[in-house]
Amino acid sequence: MESFDFIEMKVPAKAEYVGVVRLSTSGIANRMGFSYEEIEDLKVAISEAMSNATTHAYDEKDGGEVTVGFGLYPDRLEVMVADRGGSFDLNKIKADIGPYQNNQSIEDLREGGFGLFLIEALMDKVEIKNDYGVIVLMTKYLRENEVDINDDQISTTQ
Amino acid sequence: MDLNINILGNVEGTKQILKLTGEIDAYTAPKLKEALLPLVKKDGELVIVDLENVSYMDSTGLGVFISALKATKEHNSELRLVSLQDRVERLFEITGLNSIINIDSTVQGGN
Repeated sequence: MESFDFIEMKVPAKAEYVGVVRLSTSGIANRMGFSYEEIEDLKVAISEAMSNATTHAYDEKDGGEVTVGFGLYPDRLEVMVADRGGSFDLNKIKADIGPYQNNQSIEDLREGGFGLFLIEALMDKVEIKNDYGVIVLMTKYLRENEVDINDDQISTTQ
Repeated sequence: MDLNINILGNVEGTKQILKLTGEIDAYTAPKLKEALLPLVKKDGELVIVDLENVSYMDSTGLGVFISALKATKEHNSELRLVSLQDRVERLFEITGLNSIINIDSTVQGGN
């Protein structure tokens, strides 16, 4: 069994706590030695999962809470975001995600349509389970300056 | 972890400048939407959103700008985003939204 440190947080399923989890993510990733760029990617990805979880749980009557688990491994960070809301149609959501295409009409753009797409673009591995509530499990590897050919990152260096 | 919205008024008759400071996320995005949408719903208005001091944004922010963009089509107004930090601009690039939203980052890249 691989040894790792585990950190768990439970926050109310409210939008104001998304930022709290984001700050914690930043601290943990910094502690592990992720680069500035990678930390920013993690902050966005985990916030997206948190936003989904809070919106999702908010629809339910009982205010609810979101559980966030951080698995700190020597070579990677695994983050789990789980809510106890009802399940959703995962296949439908997966079919809907993707970047804006030039032939799309602006009227067809959905305001909330980019969350899952960004999680997949910014993390190395993403698994979503919705048997009971929704669990998003995201992994980002520590790279130590190596460049991955399949890297999703887009350089904005000018 | 908050967002300050400063509306610099009607500068040249039909131009509004919205200067944002802070973070745009699930908590602050509704506040931004509330301030931005009435401005782009004025016919013929040019609305400039200055993002120089926005250090964090995610898809909730993209959603607000998509709503605003839709409103500009209905009201013949214009939305322009200026002075984006690299990280914020990157989100528009990854999602392809930079091809439909008027983004002018040449003013200042900033960090």
